[in-house]
Amino acid sequence: MIGLDTVIEGVLLGGVYALFALGLSLIFGIMRLVNLAHGDLILLAAYLVLSVTTVLGIPLIVATLLVVVVMFVAGFALQRLVLERVLGDDILPPLLVTFGLSIVIQNGLLLVYGADSRRLQAGAFESASVTLGGGLSIGLAPLTALLTAIVAVALLQLIFYRTSLGRAFRATSDNPQIAQLMGINERSVYAIAVGISLAVSVIAAITFGIRANFDPSIGPARLLYAFEAVIIGGLGSLWGTLVGGIVLGLAQTIGARINPEWQILSGHLAFLAVLMVRPRGLFPSRRP
Amino acid sequence: MSVTVARDKVEIGCDKGVAPRWQVRVGTPLSRTAAIAAVAVVVALVLLPAVASRNLIQDLIFVFTMLALAQLWNVLAGWGGLVSVGQQAFVGLGAYALFAGVVTLGIDPVFAIPLAGLFAALVAAVLGPLLFRLEGPYFAIGSWVAAEALRLICAQFKTLGGGTGMSISPSDLSQMMGLKSAQALFGLRPAAARDVLIYWIALLLAVAVTLGITAFVRSRMGLALAASRDNAAAARSVGVRTGRIRYLLWIVVAFATGMVGAVVYLQKARISPDAAFSVTDWTAYVIFIVVIGGVRTIEGPMIGVLTLWGLITYLAQYGSLYLVVLGTIAILIMLFMPKGVWGEIERRWGIRLFPTQRVLSRTSRGNESAK
Repeated sequence: MIGLDTVIEGVLLGGVYALFALGLSLIFGIMRLVNLAHGDLILLAAYLVLSVTTVLGIPLIVATLLVVVVMFVAGFALQRLVLERVLGDDILPPLLVTFGLSIVIQNGLLLVYGADSRRLQAGAFESASVTLGGGLSIGLAPLTALLTAIVAVALLQLIFYRTSLGRAFRATSDNPQIAQLMGINERSVYAIAVGISLAVSVIAAITFGIRANFDPSIGPARLLYAFEAVIIGGLGSLWGTLVGGIVLGLAQTIGARINPEWQILSGHLAFLAVLMVRPRGLFPSRRP
Repeated sequence: MSVTVARDKVEIGCDKGVAPRWQVRVGTPLSRTAAIAAVAVVVALVLLPAVASRNLIQDLIFVFTMLALAQLWNVLAGWGGLVSVGQQAFVGLGAYALFAGVVTLGIDPVFAIPLAGLFAALVAAVLGPLLFRLEGPYFAIGSWVAAEALRLICAQFKTLGGGTGMSISPSDLSQMMGLKSAQALFGLRPAAARDVLIYWIALLLAVAVTLGITAFVRSRMGLALAASRDNAAAARSVGVRTGRIRYLLWIVVAFATGMVGAVVYLQKARISPDAAFSVTDWTAYVIFIVVIGGVRTIEGPMIGVLTLWGLITYLAQYGSLYLVVLGTIAILIMLFMPKGVWGEIERRWGIRLFPTQRVLSRTSRGNESAK
């Protein structure tokens, strides 16, 4: 039977998926860019953290901060050196460039790290749990993942609606030409957006890398989960993306409970079902 | 697709008293020569098995099937604006339909190929309305999700080998239509004769797909499709039924892609969900072929597939490095030569072997020789 434990597990898993989705949602919203390399960039971040913690022997928290900075700079450079040249009315070039990037990163990771499964080491934190009443207990790591997702959404909302950077984001998203007339530098707004997207992906990579094994081939699947969370939640709504991630997590855990082989498939089917019933997602943005 | 005006012909009022007559042309003297040369090349390729080694035949099966897939993706994404990253779905469905037909129903493999295409088209017809709810770039990932879902569903069928896949036994293929005559014709063993037969089918598919797409993009329908891509609202306002034309294209491309998938796996005779629905093999390679050769040209995929063949011959032994190189080339081409190798040739020297552009020129009434 589908018990309360399954539901809790699904909601917590949804936190990780929401974190995958936030970075994608951010550049969807601001630049109308679909980054097909998003999943592989998450994997790249996970491997960077792995290298920094194992080779340099730095604690996970410090390594995370370091890689967040590295990935922000990488995102900024990616936009300025590569993506900027192909953004335009034609949707084909940016899709093809990010798809090429996905293949390059995936196979590059395979070359450097091999095909073996890896995992981030977080010591006692990995297996620690909080005991609830009624014989239920929640893993501390998955719980932290969900809380991190909530904090991340709240922070991004704050940046979006309470800071001048957020105003620049929203203005550029609405109309890049007018935003430029108002003195906003469109190029650096876009570059900062991609930088933030990759920085958030590092957080996603860590919450994921602690709770599950990863290998270079699983990047595209992260992209698909992120995308499903965004579309289920509704485009243009960050809180919606969080709910979308949770819906996806629930669909997967409930599917897995019925038949372990159905976990991923149930997630995909839930996405297609939402697309059929509510094509604009559960919480579509009011703006057209 | 653009309508270019031949400027030297537009001198209004140069011949007084004769009403000017405008004419839209696609063909050129060069393209007619190219057509004759293409016929000669195809005839040579048909006769090739008489002298070629089995290795070359197998390589060319790869070249023809990849060419067909690349042309199909090019018309879908390049001309139609339906940038699908999920075409592996139809390769896989076609391949699985062929295996199901041959192994469980005992249908002749040659006859099963069009049936496999029909099956892929049927699934496309069902999926289309759902995926078309996703605009532009979202459609790309949506099609990928659909392909993944279909891969997982195929892995559930235990009679088709589940997650590990299955093989066609040689005895299932021994009665294949035309096999005996191919054996007798070249004095080959059954396995080699089967490759020759599949080679001809693959060649036929590649030629039919290329001809069909050339004719289509040169037709009124092709123009309507390009208009739907460039500006759907404007296209609708002049009477183009944008939704319908894209839906039909999606289904027809799935039909042909399914047949190609069936042919590929008929030759391999072994299938698994991960291989048949592989995004790298059936979409990444295909996209790289089109990008390197040139999007929205008929010649581009031909150049691209020959480049890929060359790279595979020399680099495939390096495994992942090969894909890193290929991906990097594709990115650099998109950045610095967005129209691809053939697009660059067209731009520099104005050579168009299989033109799809319409050229507007003026003729005077009664002057038949005017261009």
